[in-house]
Amino acid sequence: MADAMLSLKNVWVEYGDKVVLERISLDIAEGSFVSIIGPSGAGKSSLLRLILGQEAPSRGEILLDGRPLAAECGPDRGVVFQRYSVFPHMTVLANTMFGLECEKAPLTARLFGRQRRAARERASEMLAAVGLSDSLDLYPAQMSGGMQQRLAIAQALIKQPRLLLLDEPFGALDPGIRADMHVLTTRLWREFGLTVVMVTHDIKEAFSLGTRVLTLDKRRHDPHAPHRYGAGVIYDLSLSRKAEQAAAEAALESPQSAPSITIDTKGNT
Amino acid sequence: MRWVNLKVNRGAGLLLGALPLAGLALAYVIAAAARHAANPADKILPLPGAMAEAMGALLFNADPLSGQLLFWADLLASLQRLGLGLSIATLSALLVGLVLGALPPVRATFGPLVTAIAVIPPIALLPILFIVFGLGETAKVALIVIGIAPYMIRDVAGHITALPREQIAKALTLGASSWQIVLRIALPQALPRLFEALRLSLGPAWVFLIAAEAIAADVGLGYRIFLVRRYLAMDVILPYVAVIALLAMLMDFLLTRASRRLFGWAHLASR
Repeated sequence: MADAMLSLKNVWVEYGDKVVLERISLDIAEGSFVSIIGPSGAGKSSLLRLILGQEAPSRGEILLDGRPLAAECGPDRGVVFQRYSVFPHMTVLANTMFGLECEKAPLTARLFGRQRRAARERASEMLAAVGLSDSLDLYPAQMSGGMQQRLAIAQALIKQPRLLLLDEPFGALDPGIRADMHVLTTRLWREFGLTVVMVTHDIKEAFSLGTRVLTLDKRRHDPHAPHRYGAGVIYDLSLSRKAEQAAAEAALESPQSAPSITIDTKGNT
Repeated sequence: MRWVNLKVNRGAGLLLGALPLAGLALAYVIAAAARHAANPADKILPLPGAMAEAMGALLFNADPLSGQLLFWADLLASLQRLGLGLSIATLSALLVGLVLGALPPVRATFGPLVTAIAVIPPIALLPILFIVFGLGETAKVALIVIGIAPYMIRDVAGHITALPREQIAKALTLGASSWQIVLRIALPQALPRLFEALRLSLGPAWVFLIAAEAIAADVGLGYRIFLVRRYLAMDVILPYVAVIALLAMLMDFLLTRASRRLFGWAHLASR
């Protein structure tokens, strides 16, 4: 793919002689919403940590916009984890402003005067976009799980990351809140033209949000040494019609109820 | 209703808490009265009146030898030593604990050293301190610092190390540098833990203070207790011990209050 924003080229993750991921080759296009599903222990989170830069691949390379990715988290990639994504000692507003403060005040990581008011303004706008306008001065411990995840998303989006990574972001939420969060995520994805990679173990969520669904699992299994074969991408489904629909119905608020699925490629190696 | 479900409101709680203390005081007075009935010159369990008299002399009458009000001189000297020791220990725990907890290379280099110092019984170092620093104030303050700082450092560093990896990753994706993470993520979350470590170190700090004063001093609460022990002066020892207990409780209370006031967010979850 020529317009690939993120490319993984024959990437392996090995711990000693335990192989977690093997032969992962992927191209992720700008503006796509990629859901990654797979059984527990199939290396979904390992793949996300690779893209995030928390871990380096043991073989292969990862390119972001054609340049090799540093094995360290950076501001070009935003992230929302299932838990612990927000800072418990900062209010909602301070949590959201933190990204701006780091950028503009390298020494104190705090802004004052006019710059502070500008940052405050931008943070409030971002918090309004995720529906937290009424909670600016609350601490995370005073909020529900859903509100904390909204905050984590706002916190990440204020840095305008090239790539937004979601690691089971709605896994700890109850079904009603989860549906609200799906609507919000779809809306933000469209409004901000985001590129999203989301790990989930909820298949329905993967299909209702994603424009592309990757399934990770082991292709081969050695019963005497189950750790010797790692997982790869066994299904790569492009929900192409849904992507067009999404572009056409950008004004529509609700997520698609019945996406049509086209299977483009199968067993990509 | 089952006992585990019984709630105690504030007023009743205060009353219930005061009962055992009052009971203890009453038991003492009864025992003292019984001993004095048998032997009016008894020194082991002095009556409250005798204690007030002995303390009154120390509180309000200048000592003919030194010209000082002895109790106040003792209190001032002890508090000064304790305050210095606690301040130095707290400050070093904050600085060392923070870098030790936040920066893995520093932890790898100095972690074992801190552990080695922490496992030495501080009292065993007291002779060395007296030899190195002389018998003055420095050795006493140093004993308090060496006694409590390693524990506080390890506690703060451990707390910072245990911060979820997700928080650090999140901060990095928001563009934070190592310095900014130490300053805005690690430091604020270390402070409530530091207050807690300081609060729990008050007991050991008093132990080291009294030990140092008992061995070599010419003024101080611990010095006075060990001095008048020679004359079986329980009428002085008991009020002094009570003063130490009250001071320790007051410090504990103030630290808890300050932590709740300053770091409200840290106490939200436990409410």
